[in-house]
Amino acid sequence: MSTNFKLAWRNIWRNRRRTYITAASVFFGVLLSTFMTSMQEGTYSKMIDNVVSFYSGYIQIHHTDYWENKTIDYCFTPDDTLLESLAKNPEIRLIVPRLESFALMAYANNTKGGALIGVDPQKEDEMSHLSQWVTEGSYLKPNDDGILLAVNLAKNLSVQVNDTVVLLSQGYHGATAAALFPVRGILKFPSPTMNNMGGYIDLKTAQNFFSVSNQLSSLVLMVNDYSEVNKQKHLLHNKLGNQYEIMTWDEMDPLTKNMIDADRSGAYITKGILYTLVGFGIFGTVIMMMAERRKEMGIMVAIGMQKGRLSTILFFEIVLLGFIGVLAGFAFSLPFISYFVYHPIPLTGESAKAYEEFGFEPAMYFSAQWFIFARQVLIIFILTLLVFCYPLIKTVRLKLTKALRA
Amino acid sequence: MKVIEVKQLKKIYNTTEVKVNALNGVDLEFEQGEFAAIVGPSGSGKTTLLNMLGGLDQPSDGEIRIGGTNIQTLSSSQLIDFRLRNIGFVFQAYNLIPVLTALENVEFIMQLQQVPKKERQQRARELLDRVGLGERINSRPAKLSGGQQQRVAVARALASKPKFVLADEPTANLDSKSTENLLDMMEELNRQENITFIFSTHDQRVVNKARRVITLEDGQIISDVRKEQETRTN
Repeated sequence: MSTNFKLAWRNIWRNRRRTYITAASVFFGVLLSTFMTSMQEGTYSKMIDNVVSFYSGYIQIHHTDYWENKTIDYCFTPDDTLLESLAKNPEIRLIVPRLESFALMAYANNTKGGALIGVDPQKEDEMSHLSQWVTEGSYLKPNDDGILLAVNLAKNLSVQVNDTVVLLSQGYHGATAAALFPVRGILKFPSPTMNNMGGYIDLKTAQNFFSVSNQLSSLVLMVNDYSEVNKQKHLLHNKLGNQYEIMTWDEMDPLTKNMIDADRSGAYITKGILYTLVGFGIFGTVIMMMAERRKEMGIMVAIGMQKGRLSTILFFEIVLLGFIGVLAGFAFSLPFISYFVYHPIPLTGESAKAYEEFGFEPAMYFSAQWFIFARQVLIIFILTLLVFCYPLIKTVRLKLTKALRA
Repeated sequence: MKVIEVKQLKKIYNTTEVKVNALNGVDLEFEQGEFAAIVGPSGSGKTTLLNMLGGLDQPSDGEIRIGGTNIQTLSSSQLIDFRLRNIGFVFQAYNLIPVLTALENVEFIMQLQQVPKKERQQRARELLDRVGLGERINSRPAKLSGGQQQRVAVARALASKPKFVLADEPTANLDSKSTENLLDMMEELNRQENITFIFSTHDQRVVNKARRVITLEDGQIISDVRKEQETRTN
């Protein structure tokens, strides 16, 4: 153990009560902040997971002009390199093909426009659990020639299960697309927008309808870890070049991203206030420490200690004060957070209902990702660096004759 | 051999109301092995002179040479290093590092000089033995009496093998027995090892032991008496 560190360690225990109080202020700051951040990140992660698995997926691959135009003319046939690289990537857990366009849907005298989405029934259900929203009739089977209609659209068309609707659209490069589709089921989503949206048909049927055999409008990818999304996008981009358009969930759904960012900003202010208080706690201790030991510091410099070394000792003291609090904070918060990661706090009453209506589990989720803890260490370190400016300036400006008279 | 040469040393403190001439053209020389006391009434400039000799304060005018080096030409950092290697300090209030044991306090200054661990531990033990504290090496200052702390301070001052030791009122906080023991010990070190001691003091017991007494008044030397010379003259 270096002498500087030994001196710093012994110095902080000269006034035990003060050290405990200072470390306690850091402890509570870390505890509250880790708890808050863990709950936030857990909730965001769940929210993103819900939003993503509901429809968009984490990443989508399109024809380079698809997102801007969203017409059937910009669909693509995924080549072997693409399919192979996606299949070989262990971080991608699901690949879901879709063919999306718009169609006029008619029944008797009623006509409505809506989205028409061709899906692989099995893979789509694996990702978005589409079958759970079927309230009447049955879910699509592979190569099904029927359609699932969103509940409001079905009401507006006055169709029931087993009725047949007429679909009219524009196929590939202006071809006419028209066909009859028996209604297999009615979908009731938790979101009103989705309930007005349109219908789902089997992918092969959709490809035939739009005259785009083997083509897709999008390949939807689900990854194992949502924090890896950008990395995966980057890797895919490196591999595939500009051949395809690769978009992440937040690029496709900026609203959710902005909502999370806004919530995060609010939390940053709260945590900023919290850490300002912690910083002033440490600062107060350092001011007292400097005032009490002015003469002692003067003696040290008088007998031959360079001011730089004296500053190093003071730096160690401040860092130690901070990190005793951080470690105590971690020791206390880690078991709690770990428990809540596996046992989310259940919600009750109105908030639980609201969650359930949107198809979310009514619970507060927690996250124990490493960066939540690493960030605390970083914040405390920055705080100690800021607080250290005071003793550093005082040491540099130390007037020996005045200090020795203190 | 001349250890310290002081020429026309002046120190003026510019306070908001008046100009104070703390030192007013002091000329002094100290030879190796002197045991000297600087005396004078409060405000006569004793501590100011001692601070100047120790490189703790800068003069307004004049020159201080220690072992031939003009210390005013040194930068702040060089001066700290110069003090470490050339000057030992003993302060009125002992001023040991409270979180270090007696042994560590003595060792500390050698550590600053980067003396290897084994060598500095051995020398620290020897010095503490020499000042009669061989049995208390692991005690922290708070567990030692005033006299014992001042002995540790003397051992610390000697640890760096300085050219001279400056002692500012070293007996001011000690009882008569501790004062006598401390002075005897320093006198012995002076006689046996030819270490130069310069005291600033009000204490008559220190003055009685000193072989040279320099009297300051209003920042000027009014007398500089060498007792051996007196004895020889008599």
